[in-house]
Amino acid sequence: MPVQRVKFYQVGSFAAGNRLLADDQQSVQAEPGRTNSLNCGHRACQGCGEALGARYALDAAMRAANRQLIAVNSTGCLEVFSTPYPETSWQIAWIHSLFGNAPAVATGVAAAMRAKGRHDVRVVGQGGDGGTVDIGFACLSGMFERNDDVLFICYDNEAYMNTGVQRSGATPPAARTATTPAVGPEPGNQFGQGKNAPLIAMAHQIPYVATATVAGLRDLEYKVQRAMEFRGARYLHILVPCPLGWGAAPGDTIRIARLAEQTGLFPVFEAADGEVISVSPIRRKAPVEEYLRLQSRYAHLFSTPGGAATIARLQEQADANIARFGLLEPAKEVS
Amino acid sequence: MDKPFAITLDPGSSLANKTGSWRTERPVYVDLLPPCNHACPAGENIQQWLYHAEEGAGQGRRSGYEAAWRQIMQDNPLPAIMGRVCYRPCETACNRAQVDAAVGINSVERFLGDEAIRQGWTVPVTAPDSGKRVLIVGAGPSGLSAAYHLRLLGHQVTLRDSAVWAGGMMRFGIPAYRLPRDVLDAEVGRILAMGVTWEGGQQVTDLEAAMADGGFDAAFLAVGAQRGKRAYIPAGDSARILDAVTLLHSMEGAEPPQLGRRVAVYGGGNTAMDAARTARRLGATDAVVVYRRTRDRMPAHDIEVEEAADEGVRMMWLSTIARADSGKLTIEKMKLDETGFPQPTGEFTELEADTVVLALGQEAELSLLDGVAGVAISDGVVQVGPDLMTGRPGIFAGGDMVPAERTVTVAIGHGKRAARSIDAYLRKDQAGNEGVPPAAQSMSAAYGTTATPAPRLADFSRLNTWYYSDAPAAVRPQLDAARRISTFDEVTGGLDESTAVFEARRCMSCGNCFECDNCYGVCPDNAVINLGPGRRYEIDLDYCKGCGICAAECPCGAIDMIPEQI
Repeated sequence: MPVQRVKFYQVGSFAAGNRLLADDQQSVQAEPGRTNSLNCGHRACQGCGEALGARYALDAAMRAANRQLIAVNSTGCLEVFSTPYPETSWQIAWIHSLFGNAPAVATGVAAAMRAKGRHDVRVVGQGGDGGTVDIGFACLSGMFERNDDVLFICYDNEAYMNTGVQRSGATPPAARTATTPAVGPEPGNQFGQGKNAPLIAMAHQIPYVATATVAGLRDLEYKVQRAMEFRGARYLHILVPCPLGWGAAPGDTIRIARLAEQTGLFPVFEAADGEVISVSPIRRKAPVEEYLRLQSRYAHLFSTPGGAATIARLQEQADANIARFGLLEPAKEVS
Repeated sequence: MDKPFAITLDPGSSLANKTGSWRTERPVYVDLLPPCNHACPAGENIQQWLYHAEEGAGQGRRSGYEAAWRQIMQDNPLPAIMGRVCYRPCETACNRAQVDAAVGINSVERFLGDEAIRQGWTVPVTAPDSGKRVLIVGAGPSGLSAAYHLRLLGHQVTLRDSAVWAGGMMRFGIPAYRLPRDVLDAEVGRILAMGVTWEGGQQVTDLEAAMADGGFDAAFLAVGAQRGKRAYIPAGDSARILDAVTLLHSMEGAEPPQLGRRVAVYGGGNTAMDAARTARRLGATDAVVVYRRTRDRMPAHDIEVEEAADEGVRMMWLSTIARADSGKLTIEKMKLDETGFPQPTGEFTELEADTVVLALGQEAELSLLDGVAGVAISDGVVQVGPDLMTGRPGIFAGGDMVPAERTVTVAIGHGKRAARSIDAYLRKDQAGNEGVPPAAQSMSAAYGTTATPAPRLADFSRLNTWYYSDAPAAVRPQLDAARRISTFDEVTGGLDESTAVFEARRCMSCGNCFECDNCYGVCPDNAVINLGPGRRYEIDLDYCKGCGICAAECPCGAIDMIPEQI
């Protein structure tokens, strides 16, 4: 019969769950009994991408580690909004020390567990982009170099949001922050390399490196699950939009993360032993302008004479990412 | 309690911090009117029956298909027929058309209708006997639909038709290659078996007398528009001219009519297409549709015109038949004036034709209303109120004999609406005040007779289509062209079980939660409570900060953000 077969369910694998899917096909976040690692009552802003990303990642890690997990947190929003003394939002074993030493503390926790013979307990280190790519970077690089058995997760919101939106090594070009104001001939953050933490991590030849966004729940959970299958140093870099720092509507958090991916500005991929092994192809390509317009940190691009040229440069960056990672190539059939 | 060094407070949970107080807007779950439901002339709750059908055959318990079929049957007792002859206003309205292609609602409906016939599903009459008697004149789609709904409401129904077989135009107007007679018989028979008193072959000539004789409390007229309109065509002695209604009607007789090799059909509506396609099947090598205007002004539905053209039916646009002689027609070319009306040009050509079939529209035969006081007839149709009651209290009318689009689906909708109006009329009569039907079913907004405001439409802009997989429509198989012009086999096939369930799952559930867990997943504050399968979700207002991510990321637009009263 000449009938074209429909391949997918109604919402495929894009929504968190579906009443028609079997339990093992649902996302961790769709489970009624998910850990809720980061519980209600935390003081993150409305629509916080980091709070969402942290729960996504840690709930998945809890499942992968059979609930034997210790999380080590660097200083930053995630630490501050979750644990104003004496309250805590964490429903998992959790420790905070200093801004810059989370990877080293995580190494120590892993060593302690090994010394106690608790090979079942897994360790996750986590922090914002400031604590990861700037202040904690030496400890992180050392952790990679020693191949300590830690999954380090960076929640990248592209600036020091907790202290009032100062520029970090992960702030993108042209973005306005408190320390890169939209004034002068080249307003906002400078064009430059920035610090591409995932590629630097890959240069350490650690077993597993991946990127993800809060817009791709299934992909994010898959990468946490995959990372937990390795022993040794692993790195996961998650883009988490910040409504406050980016000047965006709280309800647009996921939409903006999705546009970061669909424009090519934030390539989503995974790498093993220093080589990229897969990329998430762009499904609905969007121009960078669509992404930039939703954020007041880029408002100057739409009101100053040089703005159009800057947008064009950002588009070039996105196109370069698309070419470099092959983001527009057809997806491989996954059986 | 002994506390560690420098610790003065006991550890506490952030649950003490009720962040709901930050909120300026709150998310509210809503159920909106999907565009398919809004467009359905029969008032079906399409989105809801697709929701059931998505579950497929199911394991053990009652299948999703049966639940879907029962949902259809709340509004439309003829799904297998509908799945073949409806012109699918639902698919025209479907939001999915703006993503890839409209959901094949009609093909799923046909599958469900056929499945019901295969499985022998029936609808039981559970309402207590009201003691009221209703006469229905005309056993077409409108009369059958009214009979079905009146029986479900507990009334005694007598269905009377001049034909021996029930079905009306579905039997005597729609060719078998579009509606196989076994399907028609099965669905009509299922209604008659619900305790309807069927009186075939009895023409009602005097309605008041018929009502008085039978002791009926109300009547529903659905006699249709059976009489083909004639046009004056100067004709030679041996010219053979008949009308399309007669032609299609005679197809149900023992002897198929002899049309000859060359047949000209005069008119541009669906009936003209049916007549031309029937002529092809009766052996005409040349079937030509002669129409005064152009294709885009043709009243026939596109799909009918396309299928006719596929079968080799030729079209002559901007043409009228000026004269008919034996074996030969004189055709005058027309041109459209600035108002779009065709005007003669004085140019003539000849067309060889053994038979001319007139398909110029139909009119209602209304002589049974002679002597019924208060019934207004204008433009050849009976005037009715929104409740389908005529000027004579207790006499209602619907289908092709009242002002409306003349399709089977509209007729079925009229039958339902009339049944509910008749029910209200009879109960009001009894109690002396406004009656409330015992089985007060939720009505489609399109046909609501209650005073509740129509729900808001779930338009495309509310959807977050990112979450819907790219899934092309399943295409129904079509019979080979060679077999189409030589037999009356059904042209369009049905979907098989696996294709039907996937097609149902293409539904985007516009404006109505389908439990995808997305709101539960995307809330940064764990403030969405998952109530479990079939029970949807609830917002935990103690902690919801009102960020609006759930509303923005709801695939089907079933969450509104409304301002808090501060």
